[in-house]
Amino acid sequence: MLGGVLLVLVIVATLLAPLLTPYNPLALSPTDRMLPPGPHHLLGTDEFGRDVLTRILFGARTSLRTGLVAVSLAIVIGVPMGLASGFYGGLIDRLLMRLVDLMLTFPGILLALVIVAILGPSLFNAMLAVGISASPTYARVVRSSVLSTKPHFFVEAAQAIGCRNWRIMLRHILPNVVAPIVVLGTLGVAGAIIAAAALSFLGLGAQPPEPEWGALLSEGRNFLLDAWWIATFPGLAIMVTVLAINLLGDGLRDVLDPQLRT
Amino acid sequence: MIQYILGRFVLIVPTIVAVSIVVFLMLYLTPGDPAIIYLGDTPATPARVAQIRHAMGLDRPLSTQYLSYVARLVRGDLGRSLRNDDTVLGEIQYRFPSSAQLAGAAFVVTVTLGIGLGLISALSRGTWLDASAMILALLGVSMPIFWLGLMLIFVFSLQLGWFPATGFGGWERLVLPAVTLGLLTSATLARLARSSVLEILWQPYIRTARAKGLAKGHVVRRHVLRNALILLITVAGLQLGDLLSGAVITETVFARPGLGKLLVDAILNKDFPVVQGVVLLIAVAYTLINLGVDVSYAYFDPRIRFE
Repeated sequence: MLGGVLLVLVIVATLLAPLLTPYNPLALSPTDRMLPPGPHHLLGTDEFGRDVLTRILFGARTSLRTGLVAVSLAIVIGVPMGLASGFYGGLIDRLLMRLVDLMLTFPGILLALVIVAILGPSLFNAMLAVGISASPTYARVVRSSVLSTKPHFFVEAAQAIGCRNWRIMLRHILPNVVAPIVVLGTLGVAGAIIAAAALSFLGLGAQPPEPEWGALLSEGRNFLLDAWWIATFPGLAIMVTVLAINLLGDGLRDVLDPQLRT
Repeated sequence: MIQYILGRFVLIVPTIVAVSIVVFLMLYLTPGDPAIIYLGDTPATPARVAQIRHAMGLDRPLSTQYLSYVARLVRGDLGRSLRNDDTVLGEIQYRFPSSAQLAGAAFVVTVTLGIGLGLISALSRGTWLDASAMILALLGVSMPIFWLGLMLIFVFSLQLGWFPATGFGGWERLVLPAVTLGLLTSATLARLARSSVLEILWQPYIRTARAKGLAKGHVVRRHVLRNALILLITVAGLQLGDLLSGAVITETVFARPGLGKLLVDAILNKDFPVVQGVVLLIAVAYTLINLGVDVSYAYFDPRIRFE
């Protein structure tokens, strides 16, 4: 509940960003360099005189979009793999699961780094990288849900009346594996936001002057002693948003899929 | 037991071969001519490019190229850095101690804090202690590691002056990076430790142990922890993978000359031989860690090796 409310607040603030702040996130203002938080600039200004709050609000658009796109991509790749693997079994299952195993050999953010190394640093490539590297988890979870759904009578009944395989998968099995996908997807957005921000922080995602939370933090790290606010507030923004999504995900899991509860 | 270990070891060979194929193909999956990528920003005539192509063996079939790549790997030849012409193996050997030290220290933080918090939380379920431990864990899961690192530098290096902010060497340079990396992974472990301990507390054998009058500490040590250990070893092992990749970010934040920083710098400089070498090393290390986890399972839970 708290997570949902917090997340709605973040999304509303993001959508209304141009109305909430009179400043432009990209316009330079040399006379306002590194001003501490105050009445005119609530969260201070950065080394180019840009308002930190404005850049965080506009950065939220980039970061939330990145998280959503990356998770959608992971679902688009992972769910069909898991469906086919669990439904057909045999050689298809073995091949797909070996591919998943291979992808999981590269721990954490390493697979995303490999993909960025191949495609080159950019926000778009970071999104692709995070999405692709998250897909094996979806494939595994969907496969195990399919395996537990397949023995049910309604699947056998659908086969008996001559339904095609793709129809059985999409109409009869998929609706039964939606719950874990929703839970995993929600929590996945939180992970994807952090992963994409990490890539941007390393200089491998969003490039300056684009306002993106990880990139904002990276810009602020060189001024930690003189202007702590430049790096501190974007980090808090990431934490609050990710916390809200995690709370929402935990709540959804308890309602939709108590078995996944940790 | 030895037979079990050998069996598991044979199973990881195909994985390592597959990883080496992926790493080998990285250069070829990159848009553009690998010879031009190898040349970097230096302008070159077509004749020079052709010469490089020949020298790199790019004019031979892909399978032949892969086999000679493997032959070089077996000899310990990971190629040379494009930036300074040092051998990749030499670079890795130079950076390895820093990363190993960081991963080791962070692992100690993870296990101590993760299992400790989870256990305290589960044993005092429903109290303020449980709630605060779990809020702490949730904050830990939601916090970006690079931000936590910067905040620790701000408070403990720049404001209080207790620890140096960057570099390698001496325990005082290890504390902040290890705490940063360890805090993050311990949050996940704490949540899992709590739920697995709670599950065990409901088992009939715990009720029996209590009913026959065993002291609480004894029940926890002999019956709860021993049974929770299997799951916790798995998760802690998997966390080591997260530590390896988390080290990439931590090392950049604290400017530690480790493998992670080497990898990020190499990606930014398009230094492909270094990228390939470090990625291969981390993936193989992770595979071996997983093998270690499997073996320790069998050690702690005899049921597994008899199955």
